[in-house]
Amino acid sequence: MTEFLQQLVNGVSLGAIFALIALGYTMVYGVLRFINFAHSEVFMVGAFTGYFIGQHVPAHSMSGGLLALAGAMAASAVLGIVIERLAYRPLRGAPTLNVLITAIGVSLLLQNLAQYFWGATPRPYPELFPAANYNLGGIVVSSNQVTVVVVTLALLLALRFIVLRTKIGTAMRALSLNPKAAALVGINIDVVISFTFGLGSALAAAGGVLYALNYPSIDPIMGTLPGLKAFVAAVLGGIGNIPGAALGGLLLGVIETFVNGSEWSTYKDAIAFAVLILILLFRPAGLLGRFTVEKV
Amino acid sequence: MLEVTDLSVSYGAISALGGISFSIEAGSIVTLIGANGAGKTTTLRALSGLVRAKGGRVTFAGADITNLAPHRIVARGLCHVPEGRMIFSNLTVDENLAMGAYLQKDQARIATNRDYVFGIFPRLQERLLQPAGTLSGGEQQMLAIGRALMGNPKLLMLDEPSLGIAPKLIRTIFEKIVEINRRHGVTILLVEQNANLALEISHRAFVLETGRIVMAGESRTLRANPELKAAYLGG
Repeated sequence: MTEFLQQLVNGVSLGAIFALIALGYTMVYGVLRFINFAHSEVFMVGAFTGYFIGQHVPAHSMSGGLLALAGAMAASAVLGIVIERLAYRPLRGAPTLNVLITAIGVSLLLQNLAQYFWGATPRPYPELFPAANYNLGGIVVSSNQVTVVVVTLALLLALRFIVLRTKIGTAMRALSLNPKAAALVGINIDVVISFTFGLGSALAAAGGVLYALNYPSIDPIMGTLPGLKAFVAAVLGGIGNIPGAALGGLLLGVIETFVNGSEWSTYKDAIAFAVLILILLFRPAGLLGRFTVEKV
Repeated sequence: MLEVTDLSVSYGAISALGGISFSIEAGSIVTLIGANGAGKTTTLRALSGLVRAKGGRVTFAGADITNLAPHRIVARGLCHVPEGRMIFSNLTVDENLAMGAYLQKDQARIATNRDYVFGIFPRLQERLLQPAGTLSGGEQQMLAIGRALMGNPKLLMLDEPSLGIAPKLIRTIFEKIVEINRRHGVTILLVEQNANLALEISHRAFVLETGRIVMAGESRTLRANPELKAAYLGG
């Protein structure tokens, strides 16, 4: 039982990070109907920004950690907006395949730029937040895990508020439901798309910093696997569905952790993806996704 | 109020509008009639900026609005209620109306507009917190028109408001359109399959055929036109 709970704690904390990244995929898909494969590099840049800020703030401090987190989120938000402006906006109206290939191109470009400027050698991640381990009746919870869960929850609540209660959030939902109608009520589509990229990228950066706190070594290709898994999580929850992405991320993190703790740990990635295939066989639209008939 | 000069639109190599010209006087109801594929919807889309004009000029309230982005055209008071209604189905009626007022800054004015919309369509007030997709076809049409009214239109363009609506509701919708025009002074450009009804409530009409205007005049006169009768008014 302790073993089970311990794995659950580890799984939830990993899943929370997947959830943060998955939200960016799903929101961008919602408004533009394509997968932004450069999202995993936004995650990586977020982790690196946190690293560089970490060099200038005191370690093991709450304020320093939050500053690094906020700085990383701001930098990645700008990066996401710039990527959309320069790479995707000129292709608005082009076939989705063209945009997808561009996204892969942007992803590789960012990876290589990061290698060029920051080198390919993995760097140890600074301990941004106060570090401690809590023993709760045999279950060991690290303060970093607590940070992950608390920060993720706070960000999810903030996101929920933005999407459901603010004008720009309602405009995001309107745009994802019907871009033409959104334009006809006077929504500036470009502004809402930029906002969506900024928001998703900020969440990915938070995911990047939190990931690096728990797996404390970063390098320019660190985004690839978590990015791919978060994409899987987004599809699992129902691509375009915001609560779905959070649920998918959480689920994937828990599954991966449990497999990792079993005798099949070598196959953890294979099993995680097998679960995805199985779920999609039975629920092709994802767990919370729904196929809607597009009315003409 | 609206001045269209030699407007042409193509989808790829296919010409959809071959240079049409017409104008709309402030305060009037003007209808565009024609068969399927004649270019009625394309005309409205070009006016509201959803499709790009290949050539020609659109002047609205004294300013050139040719090929402006849709949100800039809405901001000037030219609002388009698209074919198929295009309400935001997962958003509530309330949120749909709020989106209609997206560009309005004045909260007091927004509140007045809401009351005005509820005055015309009391049904919307009863369904305020319901997802718009759960409304009946007629109610969705009311919502689509109400949403457009939230944007303070000077000219309201309606594309097939009778499409997919229970016959007894069609009358109601048309009465409301007349009310919006007479009582609230909104100029109306109406595209309609039901030519009889459209000619009945409009002041002037244009007949489109394969991307060209082939007939224009007062609706009263056109209703008596034998050629038009044979083609569009069911004998």
